[in-house]
Amino acid sequence: MRYLPLSDADRSAMLEVVGAGSIDELFRDVPESARQSGPIAGLPHHASELAVERHLAKRARKNIPAGEVPFFLGCGAYKHHIPASVDHLIQRGEYLTAYTPYQPEIAQGTLQVLFEFQSQVARLYGCEVANASMYDGSTACWEAIGMARRITRRTKAVVSSGLHPHYVSVCKTMARFTGDTLETAVPELGAETDGERLIAAIDRETSAVVVQYPDILGRIADLQPIADAAHAAGALLIAVVTEPVALGAIRAPGEMGADIVVGEGQSIGVGLQFGGPYVGLFACREKHVRQMPGRIAGETVDAEGKRGFVLTLSTREQHIRREKATSNICTNSGLCALAFSIHMTLLGEKGLRQLAALNHARAVEVAERLAAIPGVRLVNDSFFNEFTLELPVEARPAVHAMVERGVLGGVSLGRLYPVVDALANGLVVAVTETVTDEHIDALEGALKEVVA
Amino acid sequence: MTINQSGWKPAAPVAGPGDTGTITGNRALMLEEALIFEIGDTDTTGVDFADGEAGKSRLGNLARTSEIGLPGLTEPETVRHYTRLSRQNYAIDLGLFPLGSCTMKHNPRLNEKVARLPGFADIHPLQPRETVGGALEVINELAFWLIDLTGMHGVAMSPKAGAHGELCGLLCIRAALEARGDAREVVLVPESAHGTNPATAAFCGYRVENIPATDGGRVDLEALKGRLGPDVAAVMITNPNTCGLFEPDMKAISDAVHAAGGFVYCDGANFNAIVGKVRPGDLGIDAMHINLHKTFSTPHGGGGPGSGPVVLSEALSPYGPLPYTARTADGVVHLVEEEQAEEFSQVHFGGAMQSFGRMTAFHGQMGMFTRALAYILSHGADGLKQVAEDAVLNANYVLRSLEDVLDAPFARSGPCMHEAIFSDAGFAGGITTLDLAKALIDEGFHPMTMYFPLVVHGAMLVEPTETESKAALDQFIAALRSIAERARAGDESLKSAPVYAPRRRLDETLAARKPVIGWKTPAPDAPKISGRNEVGGQ
Repeated sequence: MRYLPLSDADRSAMLEVVGAGSIDELFRDVPESARQSGPIAGLPHHASELAVERHLAKRARKNIPAGEVPFFLGCGAYKHHIPASVDHLIQRGEYLTAYTPYQPEIAQGTLQVLFEFQSQVARLYGCEVANASMYDGSTACWEAIGMARRITRRTKAVVSSGLHPHYVSVCKTMARFTGDTLETAVPELGAETDGERLIAAIDRETSAVVVQYPDILGRIADLQPIADAAHAAGALLIAVVTEPVALGAIRAPGEMGADIVVGEGQSIGVGLQFGGPYVGLFACREKHVRQMPGRIAGETVDAEGKRGFVLTLSTREQHIRREKATSNICTNSGLCALAFSIHMTLLGEKGLRQLAALNHARAVEVAERLAAIPGVRLVNDSFFNEFTLELPVEARPAVHAMVERGVLGGVSLGRLYPVVDALANGLVVAVTETVTDEHIDALEGALKEVVA
Repeated sequence: MTINQSGWKPAAPVAGPGDTGTITGNRALMLEEALIFEIGDTDTTGVDFADGEAGKSRLGNLARTSEIGLPGLTEPETVRHYTRLSRQNYAIDLGLFPLGSCTMKHNPRLNEKVARLPGFADIHPLQPRETVGGALEVINELAFWLIDLTGMHGVAMSPKAGAHGELCGLLCIRAALEARGDAREVVLVPESAHGTNPATAAFCGYRVENIPATDGGRVDLEALKGRLGPDVAAVMITNPNTCGLFEPDMKAISDAVHAAGGFVYCDGANFNAIVGKVRPGDLGIDAMHINLHKTFSTPHGGGGPGSGPVVLSEALSPYGPLPYTARTADGVVHLVEEEQAEEFSQVHFGGAMQSFGRMTAFHGQMGMFTRALAYILSHGADGLKQVAEDAVLNANYVLRSLEDVLDAPFARSGPCMHEAIFSDAGFAGGITTLDLAKALIDEGFHPMTMYFPLVVHGAMLVEPTETESKAALDQFIAALRSIAERARAGDESLKSAPVYAPRRRLDETLAARKPVIGWKTPAPDAPKISGRNEVGGQ
C-alpha cells in the first residue's frame, strides 16, 4: 500500500519491542464482540492511483463547470478569475500540511499570514479588528448574532428581508436552541430595501439588526440610518457581505456605523467548489474583541526582541474556557484564508478597485440589455455585480430551459424561496469579470427564447 | 500612496547586524520577511485587467470615496513573500508531526489533484441539479462508505469541521428528545474530553457536568451510572479516549445511557485508531463526527478547512440537517433541500425525516469530500484496516521505547491505541513539558500535544500516525530520549530552547496583555522610511 511505509519485517521487529505476539494483542481492550474479524465488508480492496483518478474523473465529467459555459450564478458564491500563483502557493507543503500554529516558533509563516489576513479583512470591512477566519459566511453570521447577545445581554435580533435565505435558515436553526428570537421577513420584488421596517422593529430588547450589503437581490442601501437607530436603542448593527469584491466599489459597512461585519470570502482566492470549503470573514470594534469568536493572531516579540506572531486572546476559546467559551469553533478555514490573503495581495487596492469597476461595468451592461427584453423588468435601482429581474414567467423552469440552451443563466428566487409565490418570477443574475461578450449574447438569446 | 512607514511597531522585524552578523538579518536559507504592509503599496498590483471604459454607475450614492489601505505586490514579489514565509513553517511534508488527537498524517497528492478537477472545483452550489449529478454522486458515495465503515444508519454531510459536527450531533439529539416531548437539560462530559465538547453542549443550551475518570484513564462507569437520570440528554464520550485508550466498557456505557433515556455522542477525533477494525455502530453509539481532515487525511492547511460529517443511529437519522443527498431505487442521487424535504420524506421515508434545519449555507465541504473519497478508495477495506493497525503499532512502539525515561501513567494497564501519553513526573530542576517540547523543535520535530488531556500532569500526547517509517520513528525516539534524559537531569539549557528555530520563545503574555492584532498605519509624525523593501531587510 503506497501510503504505508512499514514493511512486514518492520512490523515484526516493532512487535518484539512492544512485547506483543501479534497486532491483535494491541487491540485487546476492544471487546471481541466489537471487533471485525476481517476487513469491513462491502468496501473493495485498495486501488491504484490511476484507478482512483479514473473513478473520480468519471463523476467530475458529469458536472458542468462554470468555466465551460456562459455562467451567471451568484447569491452567495461567485465565479471570479483566480491568478495561477494563488493555487500554486497554497499547495506548498509548508502551508498545506501544517496545522493550527500551536508552536509559534516553527509556525511564523502561518501566523504572519493570519496577521496580514486579519489586517486586510479589517481594512476591507472598515473595521478595527478581524479574526483569523470562520467556516463560511453563514456560520459567521450566526456567530455574530451570538456575539451581539453576549455584548448587549439581549436576545432579539431584527433580520433584514435582504439577508440570504440560507443564512437566515442557519440562524433560525441555532436560535431554536439558544433562546434567541429572530424577526425575519421575505423580500419584495421592489427597488427599496427594508430599512424602514428594520428601524421600526428596533426596541429595547433588540440585540442587533442584521443587514446584508449588497442584499440577496443585489440592492445597495446606506447602512448609516439603521446604525443610528440601532445605537440609539443600545443595539448593534451586524452587516453581512456575501460578495467582498463589492467593497472595492462601494463604501465599507464599518464606515457606516456597523459594529460587527461578517461575510463570505470565497470570491477572493477560493473557487466555487460546490459550496465549500469557503472562508468566513469576521470583523468588529476593538472594544468588543474579547467577545469575538475564533482564532486570533497577534504580534509580540521573542526572547531576543525580534518581532513575531502568536495565537492570542485564547482565554475566549474552547480549549481554555470549555463550556464558557465564546464559540465552540476550533479548526477554521486557514488554507482558504491564505488563498484570500494571497489573492488580495496580488490585487492590492489598485487591482481590487479595477476588478470591482470591471464587474460593475459589465453588470450594468448586462442589466440594461436584459431589461430591454419584452416582459422583463429590472427590479434594482442600485446594484454592484448582481441584480434581480422579474420575468413574465416563472424563473425556476426558465433556468432549466436555459440549461438546455447551454446557459447557466442565474439563480431563480423559486429555488431560494420555494413557498413564496410573489417571488416565483424573480431571477438573480450575477455578472463578473469572467463574462465575455459571447456569454452575454448567449444569455440574452436564451432568456429571450424562454420568456417568449 | 505608500503604506510603507515604520516607527509604530513595538519591535523591528529583524534584530539587525549585531545579532546574526549579517546586514540583512538573514541566515542563509533562513530568510526574514517583512509584512505586506511594509513592502507593498496601494498603487501596485499583480493582476492585469483589460482596459474598459467606465460606464454608468448604478451604485446608488454609495461609491467608495476613501482609501481602503490594501497593499499590493507584483506577482514575483507575491510569490517570493509567501514562499519565504512558508519556509518558517513546520509541516508533515518536512517531518514527524506527532500532535496527539490531531492525526497529522501524510496528505496524498492524488487527492489534491482530483479535488481540482473542474467538474468538482468549478461548480456552483446553486447550479441546477441536472448540471451537478456527478458531484451529488460523490457526496452520496462518500456518505455510503462512511456509514459502512462505522456501522451506523445515516450520515449528515454538511458540518464544516469537527466542532461543527459535534453541534450537529447534539442538535439531532435535542430534536429527537423534543420530538418525544422530553426536555432534558444536562450533558455529561468526561474530564478528559476535548474543549470543544463542553463548549458545544453549552452552545446548544445544555448544562455541562463532568464525569470522573478512573486511575486507569477510563470513564468511571459506576460514577456515570450513578449520575444518569431523566435530566440527562446525552453523554459525550471520546473513544478511543484522549489518554489514547479504548473504552472497554463502551457498550455497557451506551446500554446504561439508553436505559436512562439518553443518547450517546462519540467524539470521533480518534477514529484513526479503529478505522476498518471496529464499527462504532456496534458499540451503541448514536452520533459520531468524523474529522475528514484527520482519519481521512484531507490537509490540515494551517488550521483548516476541516470537514465533520456525522454518522447517526437509526434513532437520530431522521433529524439530520438539510440539505442531504439520497439515492433512490432508480440509482438517481437526489439533493433534498427545504423545498422538497417534506414531500421527499413522505414518498421515500414514510414521513419519518424531520430535519432540525440547515447548519451552513450550502452542502458542506465538497473539496474535502472528493479528497476523502479518493483516500478511502485508495486504501480500500484492507488498507484502512492496515492504517489502524500501523497507527496503533507505531504509538505502542514509541510508548515502549520511551517508558524507561518518560513517565507513562497508563502504560501498566496495557497497550495504548494510536497515541501514547506521558507525564512530566521525574523532570528535575523545574524543567517542564513546555521546555521538552521546545527542545524537540531544535531536533527538527514538531512537538506533541502539550498539557492535554488535563487529567495528566504536564501531559505529552504523542500520535505518530501510520505514515511514519520505522526509521523516522527511531530518530524521533532517539531525540526524545536524549531530551528526556536532560530533563531528568535538570539541564537548565532546555529552558532556552528552541535556539535554531526562526524565532526564540515568543512572549505570549505580552501578546495578550497589549493585543496588536492588525496592522495600523503609523501616525503621520512617526519617522518615515522611504522606498520599498527596507523595513523587512530583504
